[in-house]
Amino acid sequence: MTTATAMKTTARTNAPRATATSRNKGSRWGRSLTHTLLISVAVLWLIPALGLLVASFRTAADTNAGGWWTALLPPWEFTFANYEFVMQRDGIWNAFLNSLYITIPATVLVTMVAGFAAYAFAWMTFPGRDALFLVMVGLLVVPLQVTLIPVLGLFRGTELAGSFLAVWLAHTGYGLPFAVYLLRNYMGGLPGSVMEAAKIDGAGHAQIYFRLILPMSVPALAALIIFQFLWVWNDLLVAMVFLGPVPANLPLPVTLANLVTNFGGGWQFVTAAAFISMIVPLVVFFALQRFFVHGITAGSVKG
Amino acid sequence: MLAELLNNRILLGLIVVIGVPAAICGYVMLVERVLRGLRPRTAVKIRPWLWVLPAIAFLTVFLVYPTIATIWRSLFDRRGESFVGLENYIWFFTNSENLTAIRNNALWAIVLPALVVGLGLLIAVFADRVKYEVAVRSIIFLPMAISAVAAGVIWRLMYDFNPRVGTINAAITGLGGDARPLLSEQPWNNLLLIVVGMWMMTGLAVVVLGSGLKSIPVELLEAARIDGASEWRVFRSVIYPLLKPTIAVVMTTVLIFALKTFDVVFVMTNGNFGTEVMANLMYRQLFQFTQEGRAATVAVLLFLATVPLMALQIRRFKQQEEMR
Amino acid sequence: MLAATAGATTVAMLAAACGNGGNGAEPGSDDADLAGQTVSVMATWGGEEQDSFLAMVAPWEERTGATVEFTSTRDITAQITAGIASGQLPDLAGPPGPAQVHEWFEAGAVQPLDFLDLEAYKASTPGGFAELGMVDGDTLAGVFIRAAVKGLTFYNTGVWEGEPTTLDDLNEIAAGIGVEHTWCVAMESGAASGWAGTDWIENILLRQSGPEVYDAWAAGELEWTSPEVREAFEFFRDEILADAYGGGNWVVNTNFGRVGGPIFADPPGCLLAQQGSFITDFFQNEEGATTDEISFFAFPDLNDEFTGALTGGGDLITMFNDTPAARSLLEWLISAEAQQIWVERGGFLAANTDIPLDAYPDEVNRRAAEILNTVEIFRFDASDMMPAGVQDAFHRGMVTFAQDPGSLDSVLDSIEAARQDAAS
Repeated sequence: MTTATAMKTTARTNAPRATATSRNKGSRWGRSLTHTLLISVAVLWLIPALGLLVASFRTAADTNAGGWWTALLPPWEFTFANYEFVMQRDGIWNAFLNSLYITIPATVLVTMVAGFAAYAFAWMTFPGRDALFLVMVGLLVVPLQVTLIPVLGLFRGTELAGSFLAVWLAHTGYGLPFAVYLLRNYMGGLPGSVMEAAKIDGAGHAQIYFRLILPMSVPALAALIIFQFLWVWNDLLVAMVFLGPVPANLPLPVTLANLVTNFGGGWQFVTAAAFISMIVPLVVFFALQRFFVHGITAGSVKG
Repeated sequence: MLAELLNNRILLGLIVVIGVPAAICGYVMLVERVLRGLRPRTAVKIRPWLWVLPAIAFLTVFLVYPTIATIWRSLFDRRGESFVGLENYIWFFTNSENLTAIRNNALWAIVLPALVVGLGLLIAVFADRVKYEVAVRSIIFLPMAISAVAAGVIWRLMYDFNPRVGTINAAITGLGGDARPLLSEQPWNNLLLIVVGMWMMTGLAVVVLGSGLKSIPVELLEAARIDGASEWRVFRSVIYPLLKPTIAVVMTTVLIFALKTFDVVFVMTNGNFGTEVMANLMYRQLFQFTQEGRAATVAVLLFLATVPLMALQIRRFKQQEEMR
Repeated sequence: MLAATAGATTVAMLAAACGNGGNGAEPGSDDADLAGQTVSVMATWGGEEQDSFLAMVAPWEERTGATVEFTSTRDITAQITAGIASGQLPDLAGPPGPAQVHEWFEAGAVQPLDFLDLEAYKASTPGGFAELGMVDGDTLAGVFIRAAVKGLTFYNTGVWEGEPTTLDDLNEIAAGIGVEHTWCVAMESGAASGWAGTDWIENILLRQSGPEVYDAWAAGELEWTSPEVREAFEFFRDEILADAYGGGNWVVNTNFGRVGGPIFADPPGCLLAQQGSFITDFFQNEEGATTDEISFFAFPDLNDEFTGALTGGGDLITMFNDTPAARSLLEWLISAEAQQIWVERGGFLAANTDIPLDAYPDEVNRRAAEILNTVEIFRFDASDMMPAGVQDAFHRGMVTFAQDPGSLDSVLDSIEAARQDAAS
């Protein structure tokens, strides 16, 4: 059973809220083992990030004196100075804006372009459709390193070189296989009867697409937007390579990487900068977790 | 001038965010209008191609053509002027640093999926039984949202040699041991880097496997339990076989991540201390040494490593399709 | 109608995209015309050094109304190369050494600096420096704004007394003090980890084998497997590494700026560290040492034939985008007035020799400035003059060597392979 059909099965067997394994009450020993295991794993999982958070609020003197865990005991001396510092002097605020500036158009572009193709793959028949789609599935795996040199060469010498537009286009290209795959799978699962009815009423494909398909595909679209947003926001390589080292243009991951390679001490600054780079993805994740999970389980995942 | 730049940027950003969707929608509508003017049979034949055209164009320009061009480029010298055949490849396999990179990628490819799937399965199975499953799942999934660079920062703080900075060394010295130079101690440092990858990817396994678990028909489990099978037996004979395809999907995904890993190594060790990986190697060859031919070679080899996965992916997809 | 809108939008989008970017440079603009413009600068200075650089450009910003956008990274070679490939570069950059200036000039990215007064610049920089920044014979491509004397042996005045002139004297004094380790070495530095070790080797080699061998080595004409080079490495291994605080692990895992930790600790973990004159800034900011506590002596001569030899370095600036603002900033940066600002902040040795010695706030830098003007045998940091591939191999080789001193042969072989590679 694959995950795609697994999703459908889940939908069907939703009635009894019984899970696969919880039926078994188990011995008390077994249950406390479960709880111990889960809670310790969760705590261990959080410690690294917690360390970062605590470290980012400490003064330089404290940071040199001892580890971040010592800050958890009184006296509690925390400061926002590190955040102020990296925002101004290290250009983190500027980098934050750059990240937004890179991510939003890239996400919009990919969704738009992928949507149309996905619909065509899902609901139109044409020779070579399946073969073409198979190629797309294969492209999911291609490491983008193998495309860097020629694409750079493509941009070189044109107005696009080192511009944001180049980054947007690159991200769109790299994100398309997954986007088309995800959307096509979802759109393919939509009830064909509704579309038939619309066709009988004389609706053209464009109308069907905008008035029926898109609204019905909201969960998949939402999942795609979140995936693409996170992927572009967190991307280091494409930004480093296509945007060039002009300080005014660098997004958060590149700025953060520069800080890391430079700071031997000064950990309080790097941690503050790292945390700032994490805020938006974390907020997006928490707010839209449902769609995110939905999207993953509804198909294969981005390589 | 900053103000001017910003104004320009906002304008550009708005144009792209609003204009491009409008342009694409306009394109589709235009296409439809044109098609309406043609004979129906012709229209039906052409239409799909016009709809997929933008996507195909992007894919060709950014994925298909460059891959072929890179393979071609790897057969030329540094400046791209003279054809050198397989010379770059010979260089690759006779250089110990490169072989270290291959070894490390192999290590990543074997250990990371094993860790992620193993741990993910364990957590998914146990979490399935408790009421706070969603909370646990969210916590474990959290690292997937952040960038690998941020993860690198977080874990450098954990691994630092100085026990007054590094969490792990503080724990070790607290328990009476000596501080270990975790990031420079070979070959364990590779495993420690892989742990970072595990921290980032296990959430995926938990979510996907968890959903897979929930889709197992309860009747099967009930039947097994009524027959008196122990929990372990139930897992081994009922759950695991049904979960195998899902496990395979997770494994493939993590495997792809392991082969392409760049950010984590770049930020934490930059390939020093025997931790070099192919992606980082390629970056350095291209940008530090301006050896385009060699960089292309590394990229091609990396690509070749992913080809089996590509075939697997396609085959699995075909099977999926047949079941539809 | 929709089609027209779509078409118009697309055209507008492309127009805006094409209109983005590009610098409008009009030669001959006055300083006052620079108001509101920016100059982007990328260099390897981080932390305290970054603060000082920003302080140095502050008066210029005030005077012209322009702003400096600064980014620091130790990965600068890779980033600039990426920038050359993508066509987007900062206006000014501080390469790690003269070799990169040559490489970037050959790639066609560096702008010649003929608007500067070459004679005046030559007259106010230490001997030999100006030529290092020239390419193609007589085109000025990089100017020095900072100098450094390297190979200075630093100590804590509260712990160490005496300025030994021979290695035996040095070891005698050390034995008298009775601290377990004599030397502290720290090599970590992000993408450039290992450079502190290369400084050691350069200093040793210059003293052991003299300036001619050194020059051949720096120019890539001497094989790394040759006896002179091997001798230097062995000396480093047997005399220094063998007696280094924390062993190989501490050496490769500790950031160069923290090398003074054990020196200024109480009780001290080691006695001496060899570094460049700029390290005093780090001693003060990271370890809390006061200027009275810091002093140095020159590393003892190793060969009677070559006495009084010293290595040094400097930070250059090159220009990628010829704009009026960038020109103005560059003119400011090479002036004595600008460099004096950083001098007075400490931890900085100016490249401009017109700065009075008493402007230096502490003994260490004043003495270093004096040395720069009076040294007999002076050589520029060899690794900074090597091509990127060799320099990288050298850096990494030092890290490997420090961790595993038994790997000398393979380390030398791999750097030699890089040298042959670069020469091809």
